Amino acid sequence: MSSSRATAYGGRVLLVVLMFWTLLPFISLFTAALHPVGTYPTGLSWPVHPQWQNFIDAWNVANLGPILKSSALIVLGTVPITVIIATMAGFALGQLRVFGGRMVMLLFLIGLTLPLEGIIIPLYYELNSFNLIDTRMAVILPLIGLFMPFSVYWMRAHFINVPTSLTEAARSDGATTWQIFWGVQVPLARPAIISLVIITTIWTWNQFLLPLVLVPTNVDSRTMAGALGAFQGQYSDNIPLLAAGSLLILAPMVIIYIIFQRQFIRAMLQGAVKG
Amino acid sequence: MLNSATASRRPLGAGSTLRGVRALARADRARGWLFLLPALAAYGMFVLWPLANSVKYSFYNWDGINPAKWVGLSNYGQVFSNAALYSAIEHSGILIIFFSFLPTGLGLALAAFMRSAIAGRLGTVARVVIFLPQVVALVAAGIAWSWLLGYSGAINQIFYTPIDAVLKLVGLGAAKQAWLGSFQFALPGVGLIGVWVMLGFCTVLLTVGMGKIDPSLYEASQLDGAGPVREFFDITLPSLRQEIGVCLTVTMIAALSAFDIVYISTQGGPANQTMVPGLEIYLLAFTNREVGLASALAIVLVALVVVCIVPIQWYVNRGTQS
Repeated sequence: MSSSRATAYGGRVLLVVLMFWTLLPFISLFTAALHPVGTYPTGLSWPVHPQWQNFIDAWNVANLGPILKSSALIVLGTVPITVIIATMAGFALGQLRVFGGRMVMLLFLIGLTLPLEGIIIPLYYELNSFNLIDTRMAVILPLIGLFMPFSVYWMRAHFINVPTSLTEAARSDGATTWQIFWGVQVPLARPAIISLVIITTIWTWNQFLLPLVLVPTNVDSRTMAGALGAFQGQYSDNIPLLAAGSLLILAPMVIIYIIFQRQFIRAMLQGAVKG
Repeated sequence: MLNSATASRRPLGAGSTLRGVRALARADRARGWLFLLPALAAYGMFVLWPLANSVKYSFYNWDGINPAKWVGLSNYGQVFSNAALYSAIEHSGILIIFFSFLPTGLGLALAAFMRSAIAGRLGTVARVVIFLPQVVALVAAGIAWSWLLGYSGAINQIFYTPIDAVLKLVGLGAAKQAWLGSFQFALPGVGLIGVWVMLGFCTVLLTVGMGKIDPSLYEASQLDGAGPVREFFDITLPSLRQEIGVCLTVTMIAALSAFDIVYISTQGGPANQTMVPGLEIYLLAFTNREVGLASALAIVLVALVVVCIVPIQWYVNRGTQS
């Protein structure tokens, strides 16, 4: 009994250590951000006079207003279309059981393992031929394609568990396939769809290589993460400002994560295990 | 096609037979392709087509502007004979230890120790916290860690201030340094960032997996007089086959395709000590304009991922079938 209590206590201590280790970069960024601009702060140290206006300065210097808007536009261009066409495909594969569905799923599964670097070069020349380089579309269109493997897989996993009797019942009431999809299946798929929206939003926001390559000069049309890369290049010596800027860029997704943490964690774990 | 589409819009009414429904369901198996088409088009256009083009480019000598020249397999020859390119591949091998083996192994140990703690109220908060690296842009993690691992960063402050005090006592020099700028330690430093990114994911995934193991298995083995260590190897590990497979798969892909962290924290330096295939591909294609060579390296990278993933998947699936 006492040994199991010691284990429980030890487990809790370990958990707190792990939490501190995970939070260390954020704490360090935060204390660094409050130091006066131009100084070189040391490790974890609380400044004598915390410079809260560093956050405002970083916002202005990094021109975060337009970039925030740009990121939001990229998310709005990517996520709804991704989710709609993936839900349709998941419905076709999981409920309608289309001919050749297994082969199609296998084709999508290949994409789950594909590193982005494997296709980034031809993507550049493809989008260049569409005259889309340096526009937001150059990020949106490839992202939709790149999200398909996980998204289709995720939605199929949902639809395959919905009894087909539902579809058959609606059909005998005279509903068309399209009506069954929108009227019966999509409302039922809401939890799976919400998780997919959250995951693809966060992935879009954090996308770095795509905007770096496909939006090479027009930094104001990048995602937040893409813009952060450019900001780091300019202000790598100004630790307080860089730290403040990094925290500002992280904040929106961390807030979304905290609100939807349950769905996000569950979806990440389930998606990973099923994939 | 047109006929069947109009037929489906005609309401069947309450009197329709089951056979009619079945016939329609069969028609659906064909018509369902219309639902599949947009996703396939997006995937084909922006993933499969570029992938095919990567293969094509890899056989050419091309600067991206002037006409390309067919060179056969010579780009691939260069990938393996050019020391700089080959060392990038070796570096990703080392990164696999940090991104993949360490988080999976540590995650297993942590999950085993923290299983009871993580079930409690503290555990709910802890889960949210230790999953955080999955939400944060890798770029931001790279910025934070290059500051943490710098000479005046928190890692030196917390760990090396006491170590250096002891070293000084016994008359040795200071161990404190700018880790990412060091010839020896830059690559392990990048690896450490990988550990940070992946550890929480693996730990939570493995804890959830352990929670699914039937408790009666443990009771039975306790009756047999098995200790906690034997329990871990006889029951816990085999039951977690799938979760361990997932951890290894996800983290290996991340290790092999590492780009963001390296680009931000070291740019491949010092002296190419942290150069990885992802960054090399980017630099070759978009700075040096060696599109063919960069594409060959890209295809080698894709193949490497497959070579690493297939045995894991085979191992996992063998477990579920038997």
